[in-house]
Amino acid sequence: MQIIEPLTLSGNLAIAYAVKQLDVDVVAAYPITPQTTMVEKISEYISKGELKANLLLVESEHSAISACLSAAASGARVFTSSSSQGLLLMHEILFITSALRFPVVMAIANRAVSAPINIWNDHGDIMPQRDTGWIQLFVESAQEAYDKVIQAYRIAEDDKVRLPIMINIDGIVLSHTYEPVYPISDSDVASFSPWNLYSPRLDPDNPITIGAFCYPDYYFETRYQSLKALNDSLPIISNVDKEFGELSGRSYGIVSPFKCDDADIILISMGSISMTVRAAVKKLREKGEKVGMLSLKLFRPFPSKELIRYIKNAKAIGIIDRAFSPGAVAGPVFTEVTSALYLSKMDIPSVDFFLGLGGRDVKMEDIKDIFNILKRIVKTGLIERHSYYIGLRG
Amino acid sequence: MKKLPKWNEMEEGFITRILSESINKTGTWRTFKPIIDQSRCTKCGWCIVYCPEPCIYYESKKDSKILIDYDFCKGCGICAEECPVKCINMVLEE
Repeated sequence: MQIIEPLTLSGNLAIAYAVKQLDVDVVAAYPITPQTTMVEKISEYISKGELKANLLLVESEHSAISACLSAAASGARVFTSSSSQGLLLMHEILFITSALRFPVVMAIANRAVSAPINIWNDHGDIMPQRDTGWIQLFVESAQEAYDKVIQAYRIAEDDKVRLPIMINIDGIVLSHTYEPVYPISDSDVASFSPWNLYSPRLDPDNPITIGAFCYPDYYFETRYQSLKALNDSLPIISNVDKEFGELSGRSYGIVSPFKCDDADIILISMGSISMTVRAAVKKLREKGEKVGMLSLKLFRPFPSKELIRYIKNAKAIGIIDRAFSPGAVAGPVFTEVTSALYLSKMDIPSVDFFLGLGGRDVKMEDIKDIFNILKRIVKTGLIERHSYYIGLRG
Repeated sequence: MKKLPKWNEMEEGFITRILSESINKTGTWRTFKPIIDQSRCTKCGWCIVYCPEPCIYYESKKDSKILIDYDFCKGCGICAEECPVKCINMVLEE
């Protein structure tokens, strides 16, 4: 592998750089807020001639994702990005993209949803997209975002997968924060993620109809196909990550455990907040406390088996949720983790911690408070509450 | 009727190809089945003209026996309604 000097990039720019290296054909996006600098940078690459692609600046996110899936249907490699309200406007088309098996790749700067208007980070925009049938990856740094975009095209275009992928970077925290990013060479990118585009594609000489009207006698089977493809994609996602590790020295896993082996208490988190949790675990370990953490890198398909392997010996588990699922039993991540535990016939005390909504800072002290609550549960064996709202006034 | 394919026998992504209309037998939609009373049929061909599918035809040449292709007949009943001698009966499908 060719050694390349690091670049100073924000999460957005790291993704734009990867998109340029991946030689994407069509980028369709809504150019105004909640769009990020990702597409701004891509348009700069195109105007300078560094990337030969069609940039479609459409009138809404609904049109952006529609244009992307249509371009993918004609056999193009496509990219789009959005955030917050824009992602919510895409919602309808997201289902269509996955059911018709278009390998669309989208990067999302995760942000809070209105109302009230808030432009900061939480997972309120992505959680409503859980059931759209997309592969959903979460990252912790700009470097990881860059690496995942390269992996995403390889996964999405795999003949056994052929599903769209969302790469989630925490808004502001990752999307707008600059850090050193080590890119891999253009030729390495090309050989790692070679074109393997959608087929059969729309072709005037060989006309087909994709996604036509479907009666009850075919709908069930068609939806099952994409469900099965999503469930079966997990080992492929895992392998692509390993292969990327062999190429670049950076492998992240679909779950990333830290000090879980002998931990009594494990805190599960997703996205950039995992960095803070990991640092807190290090501090507490120095004091001799048996704590660990696990960062979920993949939310759909949910890596139940891999997760259980690391948390099965814990005496208490905390789960961080950065979005509400109003009226549900608990937060979205908590519900997944506890379902996985139940199906593995494990009864480990689990508590849901809501925090960091709308960009509220999460400090090391907050994480230590969480560990204290969990410690109390291990000590007394009593769960006072199943949900805590960390940092909520009142 | 043809047996419907299993999920893993179907092409992924719900793709429809040319002439799929001849493969997908729409006769399954039918609730009432038109039966021609051949003894009373005058072979005027009015039903052939009116059939929107079209799936009613002369067996060989004009003025020969009139037949219905039940693989595609959706049972709309237009033929029975329009028949000048009312020799087509709509019978509830079993």
